[in-house]
Amino acid sequence: MKKTGGIPNKSISRRSVLKGGAALAGAAAGSGVITGFPTVWAQNIKDVTLVHTGMSYSTIIDIAKQASQDLGFKVEMSVVDHPGLLNRMVNDPKSIDIADMEIWQTKVAVPQGVTQAVEIDKIKNWAQLTPLYTEGTFAGKPVSLQGDAPFKFMYRDAVDATTFASGKTGFATFVPSVYNADTLGIRPDLVGRDVTTWADLFSPDFKGKAAIQNIPTNGIMDAMMAMEAAGEMKYGDKGNPTQEELTKTIARLIELKKAGHFRALWSTFDESVNLMAAGEVVIQSMWSPAVTAVKGQGIKCVYQALKEGYRGWGNGLAMMAHLDGVKKDAALEYLNWYNSGWVGGFIAKQGYYSANVETAKAALTENERGFFYEGKAATADITSPTGEKTNAAGEVRDGGSYEERFSQVAVWNNLMDQAEFLYAKWNEFNAA
Amino acid sequence: MTPTPSTSKASLTTYLQVAPLTLVLILFFAIPVALVVVVSFFRYQMLVGIVPDFTLKNYIDLFSNPTTWTLYLSTLKFTLIVLVITFVLGFWIAYFLVFHVRNLITAIGLFLVCTVPFWTSNIIRMISWRPVLGTEGLINSALLKLGVIDQPLQWLLYSDFSVVVAYVHLFTLFMIVPIFNSMARIDKSLLEAAVDAGATRWGVVWNVVLPLCKTGIALGALFVVTLVMGDFFVVTVMSGGLSGSATSGIFNDLQFLNYPRAAANAVILLIVVLLIASAIFRLVDVRKELVR
Repeated sequence: MKKTGGIPNKSISRRSVLKGGAALAGAAAGSGVITGFPTVWAQNIKDVTLVHTGMSYSTIIDIAKQASQDLGFKVEMSVVDHPGLLNRMVNDPKSIDIADMEIWQTKVAVPQGVTQAVEIDKIKNWAQLTPLYTEGTFAGKPVSLQGDAPFKFMYRDAVDATTFASGKTGFATFVPSVYNADTLGIRPDLVGRDVTTWADLFSPDFKGKAAIQNIPTNGIMDAMMAMEAAGEMKYGDKGNPTQEELTKTIARLIELKKAGHFRALWSTFDESVNLMAAGEVVIQSMWSPAVTAVKGQGIKCVYQALKEGYRGWGNGLAMMAHLDGVKKDAALEYLNWYNSGWVGGFIAKQGYYSANVETAKAALTENERGFFYEGKAATADITSPTGEKTNAAGEVRDGGSYEERFSQVAVWNNLMDQAEFLYAKWNEFNAA
Repeated sequence: MTPTPSTSKASLTTYLQVAPLTLVLILFFAIPVALVVVVSFFRYQMLVGIVPDFTLKNYIDLFSNPTTWTLYLSTLKFTLIVLVITFVLGFWIAYFLVFHVRNLITAIGLFLVCTVPFWTSNIIRMISWRPVLGTEGLINSALLKLGVIDQPLQWLLYSDFSVVVAYVHLFTLFMIVPIFNSMARIDKSLLEAAVDAGATRWGVVWNVVLPLCKTGIALGALFVVTLVMGDFFVVTVMSGGLSGSATSGIFNDLQFLNYPRAAANAVILLIVVLLIASAIFRLVDVRKELVR
């Protein structure tokens, strides 16, 4: 086995891929296919099948259906969990064409050389994409750099660079896709009082009725937000805590667990929905579509804005290193299409934001645009992507407008330097 | 003396006869296990994965970490509790089917009824306990309405209790089947002889039936032990993530591509299960009993 271990025979397979790709490109050139992007509408692009692989919240079959219909070639969705995506990318890179990665995952994938950077001049709508990713600013102000903020991992120096660039270049690690700012979900009918701060997650008022996510990298952030808000701890950088900070935070979590504070720890989306819908839990860390799903069942659930701000996260679509020739052209077509409007409108209804705000807004009705992006009261019922009513006319989106929400991101989801230590500690919490 | 052509031909046939099974075992059992053992001595580097150096670090990490011990203790606790409950249930259900149901067709019919829950998937059988045991579930609402309790019982769900309930529900059949099988082979005249010789009903069960069912009990125990020891899903779902098992430690390591430590943990678990299995086989010579 080679030094890289996890990716045996990497160089060999890459070389053969390049050869195969060159042959393909040659054949394509011979048949007059390559006439320059983006007007490649040759017959054989129709035979291409792109495999888009990512996590359940963004890898949605409806998107693949619409893309296949609009683009004329086939897009397939393949759903994995976070560790599953990294495992697949590293150990079986050719089974994926488009990797739908959360920002911090690029820290693992890029050094392994399994993705190629996207040449920015081939993305027509790049200039429209949110400066949150492309410039590291939002509404003219710099965004929080605690944690793995998108801008830090946005650029590379060359197509095959295995490190990140320090500033803007012509090569993007990925094309920005969906993102959101996460907070706590509550059952307003059962909490019995106002919830205004992250500290409420650990408040004795909710003993036996609280839950946090059992995904260490996310769960620890919610815990740190809660502890800092409660004045129990002060962190140098919540995006990159020290071993000592982690030890203290986990010790507190264990203490709470032993005292019966947590009703459960959830690890999948549906578990968080069930806990909330069944009334087992009245306050918990939650993802936006889960809140939408609870509301879709006709149960009151609020994605509560809190004074300390949000935990931000984002995804991007990366091209795998093996893409070449016609397939690469198809991939670029797909990446252009992704931010051209339809997806933005679709995912807005599950509470996410599109990297291309302009086209996403254009794809929504005036009522939806006002509700999801502009912080206005709904003028008619609001429905989920699957058609269930989630909000009635007159209601305002939890957390207000897009601007209000994103100017209050306190920390980004991340892969901290002490991640290995965190995992060991989190195991202790699980076993306690 | 040289072997006659006919005997060497016979032995060649024997080798050919065992060859397919041997090949399957080597390919799908021996080689994977050997790989796991090899990887368990490799080094793990954060964000890179496996580095093929020889190191004992994975094992030292695991043995010196109290979390490993807690997880194994918790797994052993569940294994013992589930073993006792499934044995008691399995033994009496099999006893009823074999000795109390006179009609063979009825007995087989009732036996099939025991397998009905297995017509649905494992996950459905487990998840369906939630609406029964939950805070707003069947049991709690019934008790609240009857006025027996004035607060919902929280320990029904997301607790050790619910984990055990799910395990018992899922695994009792694995105890019933082998015990039923050995009980059905008992010659009924033995029981009559025991009664004629003055044994009490209980004495017959204790001195005749139980010893003759040893094989079935051993096999059933083996199934239950391996199923519970190898589980992380039931325990995670039914405890609401509040309890772990030895296997959930392995799962957590895999989340971070830490294959070497996961492999080391798998090797330790394999050894523990093999030790338990050999202890069971030491108590009962299953092979001898089976060919009886």
